[in-house]
Amino acid sequence: MIKLDDVNKTFNRGKANEVIAIKDLSLTISAQDYVVIVGANGSGKSTLLNLIAGSALPSNGTIEIDSHPVTSLHDYQRSRWIARVFQNPLSGTAPDLSIIDNFRLAALRTQSKGLKIGTSNTFKQQVQEKIALLSMGLENKLIQPMGTLSGGQRQALTLLMSVMDECKILLLDEPTAALDPRSARLVMETADKLITDFKLTAILITHNLKDAHTHGNRLINMAEGQVIQDYPSEKKLNLTQNDLFEWFS
Amino acid sequence: MDFYLTALLQGLCFSGIALGIYISMKIFNIPDITTDGSYALGGIVTGVMLTHQYPLYISLVVVILAGGLAGAITGLIHTKLKINALLAGILVMTALYSINLSIAGRSNLPLIGTASIFNALNFTAYVNVNTFIILLLIVVILAGTIGYLLKTDFGIAMRATGNSETMIRALGVNTDRMKITGLALANALTALSGFLITQLQGFADISMGVGVVIIGLGSVIIGETLIGWLRITSVWSSLLLVIAGTIVFQLVLAITLAIGVNPNLLKMVTAVLVLLIVSLPRLSFKSHD
Repeated sequence: MIKLDDVNKTFNRGKANEVIAIKDLSLTISAQDYVVIVGANGSGKSTLLNLIAGSALPSNGTIEIDSHPVTSLHDYQRSRWIARVFQNPLSGTAPDLSIIDNFRLAALRTQSKGLKIGTSNTFKQQVQEKIALLSMGLENKLIQPMGTLSGGQRQALTLLMSVMDECKILLLDEPTAALDPRSARLVMETADKLITDFKLTAILITHNLKDAHTHGNRLINMAEGQVIQDYPSEKKLNLTQNDLFEWFS
Repeated sequence: MDFYLTALLQGLCFSGIALGIYISMKIFNIPDITTDGSYALGGIVTGVMLTHQYPLYISLVVVILAGGLAGAITGLIHTKLKINALLAGILVMTALYSINLSIAGRSNLPLIGTASIFNALNFTAYVNVNTFIILLLIVVILAGTIGYLLKTDFGIAMRATGNSETMIRALGVNTDRMKITGLALANALTALSGFLITQLQGFADISMGVGVVIIGLGSVIIGETLIGWLRITSVWSSLLLVIAGTIVFQLVLAITLAIGVNPNLLKMVTAVLVLLIVSLPRLSFKSHD
């Protein structure tokens, strides 16, 4: 599904503040895998996710998605495969736009945004039914600006928005880092449910080792821009939480 | 009375600038001051086209295209060369001064015996009232079109571009192209104001654009204040209030002149007026203890 071949990413190349964020990294992620990535700050996790999403382009190496070469495609061109949830709840939604407008854009992620009014009553009903599944009581607040909601509500809605249009890959960049424990659990549960229901290929970055242990079917540990440990499904099952804690102690 | 009617007519002519500034500043969050140049460009192109006896509708199309092109160039400089939007606007505005001068061939173009949009339809014998009706029609069509555009899927994507760029890129929108389109639209509207005012006052002048951006800013800010007071969220009402802002602005200026302020001080009065409006919400007459 996702294939990175010998990818390097260097920021500020040749300057005093040169940073090698990703170094000779090759990685293949199969369809419907749910990969969890852990690693210290600066280990290249977020850069890896940005390289896959296209918001950063590799210095060299190639990237393929669904057997399409995408190495030089920008983020807005890769949105036909990829939906994202960001660490900052503010990044995944437009605060001044209403919930319904946000969902309308999400419903057109893989399509062009044309000159017709798409927020029809049928569409509103669809969104209402989807939001009701979260049982947050937001289904009757569709015209409320997104900015008036809490971080947890916004992250949960961003997740829902990702499956409003055809989605193959879901990238989760520390989606619960800014949330309280209860909202965090709700967001992780919603993510698990959507990933199973929609048969998504997913990548989750997290610093929460408990989450890293419970979620996903493959665990990757990164350091200095490289994968240093890679546990596929059976081996991940045999890991205990203590094993994970030891990696970082 | 006629004095205030003229102010009202000018206000309606300036609604294109106000809508343009509303789009660039409020929707795209880009401080675009190409305005001064694209407004004069609209006026000068109108003057040249009409004195060469081109029909009105062709002149109108050329004016809109010229303004759009000016905005698109600012947008290209801003997005592709990664130059600060203010600087990009200043560069294009400065260059436009020379361009306007070469198009016109001289600094002032009087329109005598040429076609005028204000003679195109006759509703009453009173010239000013007839002009008022025509302007009202134009403004209604303009606000209607922009209001509709902002409610379409494309319009929502426009609004999201100025609001959450990371989000809208992840949702498949080329934000560079969107900003260029937005600035083109904003400056096309501004040039349209130049088209109207040139025919209203009967001449185009190379320096007609000086300080005109402040009229747009002032109007948008008055409109915003009204929107805030009335807690408006609908797109249509917001646009109407921004247009109301231009009229209020012109009327306040007219009153200032009527009470005997030296016309030489008009630009300063304008600047002070905008300063007052901007700072009004922050001025508190209560002491903070």
